[in-house]
Amino acid sequence: MIRVQREDFDVGAEMRALTTGNTGIGGLASFVGLVRDMAGGTGDSAMTLEHYPGMTERLLTEIDEEAHRRWPLEGSMVIHRHGRLEPGEQIVMVLTASAHRQAALDSCAFLIDWLKTQAPFWKLEETPDGASWVEARASDDQAAARWAKPETSG
Amino acid sequence: MKLLYFAWLKQKIGTDAEEITLPDDVNDVAGVIAWLKTRGDKYATALKDDAVVRVAVNQTYAKPDTPVSDGDEVALFPPVTGG
Repeated sequence: MIRVQREDFDVGAEMRALTTGNTGIGGLASFVGLVRDMAGGTGDSAMTLEHYPGMTERLLTEIDEEAHRRWPLEGSMVIHRHGRLEPGEQIVMVLTASAHRQAALDSCAFLIDWLKTQAPFWKLEETPDGASWVEARASDDQAAARWAKPETSG
Repeated sequence: MKLLYFAWLKQKIGTDAEEITLPDDVNDVAGVIAWLKTRGDKYATALKDDAVVRVAVNQTYAKPDTPVSDGDEVALFPPVTGG
C-alpha cells in the first residue's frame, strides 16, 4: 500500500494497522526519513516538497509491487509527505512485514533506495540566501543500483 | 499536447503547465526538447543542459527516442530528490 499526503503520520499506528490480524508476520522492518537541519542547529532550514500528482502514486505503487515480487512479504506501507516541512518533521516512512527478518530488512532498504531515485519529488530548501532546489546525489544512484537486477540494469 | 514542468524547470520556464500543438515533424521526446529550445530564451536557458532533464510521457519515464503525439501528457523535470 502507498499514500501521498500533506499531513503527518503516526508510525506506531501504521505498524499496528499493518500487522494486526496477521500472525504469519515474524519480522517488521521500518525506515522513517526526517527533515535534517542543514542550518547548523538554528532550526532555520525548512523545506517544501513538490511532487507530480498522479505519477508519484503510480511510481510508488510500481515500486511497492516490485518489492512484493522480489521478497515474500506479508504486507508493506509506504507514506510520503509533500508541502512545507520543518526540521525534525517526518517526510517518509517505509514498513515491510514478512515471516522472517531478512526479507523485511532487505525489502525495506530496497524500497527507500529505489524511491529516492525514482519517485518524482523535489526538495526546495529555505536558506539564509533564499530558496534553493536540492541537487540529486550520485550516492543515491549508487544505493539504488545495488538492487538492480542483471537483466534490468543499464 | 499537455506539457508540465517541475522544480527549477518550472521556475526557469516561468509556468507549470501549457497546452501546445506539436509541429508535424516532432514525434519523439528528443524532438520535443529540441523544439522547445527554439521557443525563446527562457526555454533555451532552462533546457541548456538537457542531460539533467528527466522526461515522463503519460506519467511513465521516457527516453529520447520515446514516441510522442498530440494527446500525450509530457512532463519535464530535474533528477528527483525525495525520500
